[in-house]
Amino acid sequence: MTWVNAVVQGLLLGGVYALFACGLSLVFGVLRIVNLAHGDLTVLAAFLALVATSTLGLNPVLALVVVVPVMAALGFALQRLLLHRSLRAGELAPLLVTFGLSIVLQNALLQTFSADTRSLPAGDFGTAGLELGGGIAVGWLGLSTLVVAVAVLAGLQLVLARTPIGRAMRATSDDPETAALMGLDDRRVYAVATAIALATVALAGVFYGMRGTFTPTLGPQLLIFAFEAVIIGGLGSLWGTLLGGLVLGVAQTVGAQIQPTYGVLAGHLVFLVVLAARPSGLLRREEVR
Amino acid sequence: MVDRASALRLDRRGFLRTVGAAGAAVAAGGATAACSSGLQGSEGGGGGDTIRIGYVSPSTGPLAPFGEADDFVIGSIQEYFTQNPIKVGDQSYPVEVLKRDSQSDSNRAADVAADLIQNNGIHLMLVSSTPDTSNPVSDQCEAQGMPCVATVTPWQPWFFGRGGQEGTKFQWTFNFFWGLEDVEAVYADMWDEVPTNKKAGALWPNDPDGLAWGDPTTGFAPAQAQRGYSIVDPGNYPNGTQDFSAQITQFKEQNAEILLGVPIPPDFTTFWRQAAQQGYQPKLATVAKALLFPSSVEALGPLGVNLGTEVWWSPSHPFTSSLTGQSAAQLADAYTQATQKQWTQPIGFAHALFEVAAKAFGSVQSIDDKAGLAAAISTMQLETVVGPLDWTSGPVPNVAKTPVVGGQWRTGTDFAFDLTIVSNKQAPGIPTAGEVQPLGAAVAG
Repeated sequence: MTWVNAVVQGLLLGGVYALFACGLSLVFGVLRIVNLAHGDLTVLAAFLALVATSTLGLNPVLALVVVVPVMAALGFALQRLLLHRSLRAGELAPLLVTFGLSIVLQNALLQTFSADTRSLPAGDFGTAGLELGGGIAVGWLGLSTLVVAVAVLAGLQLVLARTPIGRAMRATSDDPETAALMGLDDRRVYAVATAIALATVALAGVFYGMRGTFTPTLGPQLLIFAFEAVIIGGLGSLWGTLLGGLVLGVAQTVGAQIQPTYGVLAGHLVFLVVLAARPSGLLRREEVR
Repeated sequence: MVDRASALRLDRRGFLRTVGAAGAAVAAGGATAACSSGLQGSEGGGGGDTIRIGYVSPSTGPLAPFGEADDFVIGSIQEYFTQNPIKVGDQSYPVEVLKRDSQSDSNRAADVAADLIQNNGIHLMLVSSTPDTSNPVSDQCEAQGMPCVATVTPWQPWFFGRGGQEGTKFQWTFNFFWGLEDVEAVYADMWDEVPTNKKAGALWPNDPDGLAWGDPTTGFAPAQAQRGYSIVDPGNYPNGTQDFSAQITQFKEQNAEILLGVPIPPDFTTFWRQAAQQGYQPKLATVAKALLFPSSVEALGPLGVNLGTEVWWSPSHPFTSSLTGQSAAQLADAYTQATQKQWTQPIGFAHALFEVAAKAFGSVQSIDDKAGLAAAISTMQLETVVGPLDWTSGPVPNVAKTPVVGGQWRTGTDFAFDLTIVSNKQAPGIPTAGEVQPLGAAVAG
């Protein structure tokens, strides 16, 4: 039962990682930018939610109504004003831009909010548990996070597969020049993709803030877990990102059950094993281009 | 259908190139930061007419609450020294405090310490807040012959954690704080007040504190066994752990009615919420480090009521500063007035560091007499705002001990939570303001 519990809790933890990784996966998939500011943007979203909850007196879940559009708009502007210009300057430039953005965000947050440890007040929702029998109990919050992660990734998958803007994103990702010849405005496509990505980042930030605590300097730590989830699952596959998050979560909790010292390490080891044995990730087929 | 969509076509080689470049960028960023701090440092060097004191503490990162009050303490002490320059020999010297941020990282702490010693011409080093900060800085000072005073670090991890042995001593480095024996006694006193099955679940992180506290021969387990308590120790976990279900499962299985630990603040919040979700509710919790700060307890909301911790300084400690003559209460009030924030325990100790520094400089004839400063500290006896310090009667050389009592967080009046002193058997001179209450007495679930 102990092990079943470890796996169950691992799946819930994996939901958080999958939600984190979603935006990173999308931005890399469409724009081919490794967004090093991803973790810091997640923390920014959590702080925005904190401001919304404390000034408007909103429940953090309701604060999503404010935070998600704000982050999406920020994503749109970020792409239009910053990333798109840097994209023209080769592969390294966008990377440096996001790296710089990460430092700016961390320090701006530190200046504004001080180094205090914060948390979003989730009330009973944050601490209520659901007894599953056999001594296993899961938190409602963790469960909702997993459900939201699955819903977001499934929704994105549908958007990419079925909708005109999804098709436009795939086309632009495959071959921007041809796509442009066919009349697609790649600036708009990229900006919409970034906006969607940052909307998912907002979700991730708020759920993380309710789950534990955050500080202005937490971003890079979140980035590592998001990276690992994306790579384990397979680059650019959204279902892979979900699977990668779950695998990472289960690896950490099962590792911690063996010996608490090895929890995080077990996650890193699984990541390395996947990278060595199946470098394209669990869900990505080897493709001949 | 899924296939069609799964192909956001990505070029793996392109990704690796980009990630490689990311690594290079990060490395370059680090190098730039190192350069700039080096350049910054060099401006302060030279000149023999100012006393320069290096001060290292964590202002950012997970240990940031420890350093939160430093700017206030250093600001007011600078002001004090401007009006009351330190007299060394027959000359008065202005004082400059060079504060550096350890970023809660022990490598960074060692780096900034080395920079202060080599490039800034400091005369004395002060360092505060957890072994992760104090140990690397003390090691640098010991190696480079720089007198150094450390605090807010229990003496065992500081002395034994740096290779100190019974019968040996350090030449340049000194510490004042309490030891594990004190906090063990305070916690046991608190545990005795509430009927339990005498089983305590332990959260020991894999850092110098966690290793010293959880040591099977010199840590909590053998000491509390003598008092009739057994410890459930699932093993040391790394700081930053996101999931504590392994620990919670063990505590539930073994029915640990007391919770004990020395986690960093963010980890305890994560643990405590998951414990509530998974139905683990101890009768009493005494947790060091994480629960020292109001900000961490506020993060827990109603779950924070009656959580216990050790108290090494508070406005009700009956001590006064040897420099400014302020009582503990006046010092705490000055902080709240200046910052609109609630007092925290490190305020008194940060202030006391400068009391020790001033006294040490008062005992030598030249500000460059490093051996004289070290000798002065090694025999110093001083009444400070954190209590009487006496380096001649410590448990080991280089260490002076300060009193500890036990406290619990209660719903507050001016701020969300107040730290109330509930146990003073180990230091009866410090007044209590309440009695030990079990968890869940004030709040359900």
